[in-house]
Amino acid sequence: MTGRAASPPGGGDPPAGPANERFVSQAPFDPHSIEALTPEQERYYLAGQWKLMWWKLRRHKVAVFCGGLLVFMYVCAMLAELLVPYNMAARHTGFIYAPPQAVRLFHEGRFVGPFVYGLNYKLDRNTLQRTYTVDRSKIHRVRFLCRGDSYRFWGLVSLEIRLFCPARDGTLFLLGTDRMGRDMFSRLVIGSRISLTIGFIGVTISFLLGIVIGGLAGYYGGWVDAIVQRIIEVLRSFPVLPLWMALSAALPVTWSPLWIYFGITLILGLLDWTGLARAVRSKLFALREEDFATAAQLMGASPRRIIGRHLLPSFTSHLIASATLSIPAMILGETALSFLGLGLKPPITSWGVLLSEAQNINVVALYPWLMLPVVPVIVTVLTFNFLGDGLRDAADPYK
Amino acid sequence: MIRYIAHRLLIMVPTLIAISFIVFVVIQLPPGDYLTTLIEELRELGEPADLKQIEALREEYGLDRPFLIQYAGWVAGLVQGDLGYSFEYEQPVADVVGDRLWLSFIVSVATIVFTWIVAFPIGVYSATHQYSWADNSLTFLGFLGLATPNFLLALVMVYFANVWFGTEIGGLMDERYIGQPWNWGKIVSVLEHLWIPVIVIGTSGTAGMIRRLRANLLDELQKQYVVTGRAKGLPPFRLLVKYPLRMSLNPFISDIGDLLPQVISGAVIVSVVLNLPTTGKMLYEALLSQDMYLAGSFLMFLALLTVLGVLVSDLALALLDPRIRLQGRAAK
Repeated sequence: MTGRAASPPGGGDPPAGPANERFVSQAPFDPHSIEALTPEQERYYLAGQWKLMWWKLRRHKVAVFCGGLLVFMYVCAMLAELLVPYNMAARHTGFIYAPPQAVRLFHEGRFVGPFVYGLNYKLDRNTLQRTYTVDRSKIHRVRFLCRGDSYRFWGLVSLEIRLFCPARDGTLFLLGTDRMGRDMFSRLVIGSRISLTIGFIGVTISFLLGIVIGGLAGYYGGWVDAIVQRIIEVLRSFPVLPLWMALSAALPVTWSPLWIYFGITLILGLLDWTGLARAVRSKLFALREEDFATAAQLMGASPRRIIGRHLLPSFTSHLIASATLSIPAMILGETALSFLGLGLKPPITSWGVLLSEAQNINVVALYPWLMLPVVPVIVTVLTFNFLGDGLRDAADPYK
Repeated sequence: MIRYIAHRLLIMVPTLIAISFIVFVVIQLPPGDYLTTLIEELRELGEPADLKQIEALREEYGLDRPFLIQYAGWVAGLVQGDLGYSFEYEQPVADVVGDRLWLSFIVSVATIVFTWIVAFPIGVYSATHQYSWADNSLTFLGFLGLATPNFLLALVMVYFANVWFGTEIGGLMDERYIGQPWNWGKIVSVLEHLWIPVIVIGTSGTAGMIRRLRANLLDELQKQYVVTGRAKGLPPFRLLVKYPLRMSLNPFISDIGDLLPQVISGAVIVSVVLNLPTTGKMLYEALLSQDMYLAGSFLMFLALLTVLGVLVSDLALALLDPRIRLQGRAAK
């Protein structure tokens, strides 16, 4: 025994000094005071998983911005008819392949408010090429909250009001017109309705398939898992686009456009679930060994309840993140199919259908504005990607 | 190693059988068959369809027989190298297809090589210079590449290639070489035309590859052995190349399995736009006209290409990484 730490060598009682006035706090003693949390800490420690994720996501500035942009785009798509100056199918036979009209504020140094110059149209008799020249003498002021062509809002009410319209005797082609003289801007905004929703419905389908199939494989393991794994392998070794093409070519010609729309979403979703199913499966493999899963099992919960109630919620956030990341692929897929003429067909209008007008090289050379629908495609795909990245980072708030 | 290869080849058999079945189901899906399409076309032209002749055709090609028997016949033909008969061209599929399969193969391989050559240095640079000005702009460019639809990129590039370099529009070789036997001039001509489709198809794959390589290398660079190496005074370049880079090569090769379907998908649509003499355009037309054996052969070929690509990448991985070889299966 060497440890005599209690009494240091040469120690003894401390030298007695003058008697100290001992301070005794009158406040009641709380032995847990050291463990008490500041309100801020408490808020953090007691916050639920979703709240934590929201806080983490909020720090990801780009993702928040993209989320806001997406909300804005979806709202625009909902209110599409209100926001556009023309009806989607309205033809302006005098303005075929008219170039975009720039909105200006000043005329000869004088402020006039938003207006466009008029267009003069000339047909070259020899080459049959249409040329439009800007006529600076004509000033068409843009009207706001005005009456335009009537339309049926959501197919329910007949309305005439629009956010902005062309001058009474003028035109307002913000993005030019197509080969039938239809306003590209109006078509593009209304087309967003189809393009933006197709990814959502497709992802919902692939989400359901992925969770059910991946869940079964992950929970049961064994031969169920083996079969599912083989199916996934086979599906993944298919090049997607040719298969999409083949499947959409198989949609009956007699179907109405709406049914074709659902058919296409189904096709997009049917081939997309494999990645999600794999994720669900590998997560379930790890989670089903946890104590709470065993406890639920011992208490006689059905597999459906265990998977749905106890296991899935632990990684729903991951699933949502990966679903967000697979929407862009669907939007691009629809665009490609429609471009080829295998997907949606007019009169249904989506960005892909609009782009199918830009099929040949002449368009690039002569009417480049017909390629503009690619801009919202790129923007949407990018925003979904950035938002998905942010969600993925936020999905694990405890890390 | 031999055991591993044998195992890997054996797995391919059921996969291929399943794929062939799906392909056959898919090409059978459209209501009716080529002959009904034909009858309708004739009716639209105002010509009375010779029903007796069509019945004879139907019998000859077994279109009236049960599904499974048709399938068995098709697969038996495939195994013997008989691709079936194209109704549209009224020739055996093998004759119609001609060079197309080879050209598809060349375009795909060239695209993958392009992807590697571009993605590798950029990915390494991005990872070693994380969050630098160049890394951020390259990342953004990569995202843009992912988001741009291939077909439009193809259109724009062909236009500018034509304006700036005078490359003629579309095609994969000079017109005078079409249908000619292969010779040196033809090869050069193909190479001259190859770059546009390769770049167009390669963009999205390259972008994805750069992102993955960057992420992998970043993970690797944070590990302790790198710190140890740096502390020991290894020159930075040597330190990078010797271990972390080799570790991050693994996904680079295993990615070929994911990359190939993507490349082939891209090639299909780009070849429709650029009018390439590869499988895309003809597959598209065959699908529209329900020329089922032609479409089926193309789909089967494309899937086979993918399966072979995955096989090659697995074997390369096994060569590279003894853990996979010894375990007897690809760890992915």
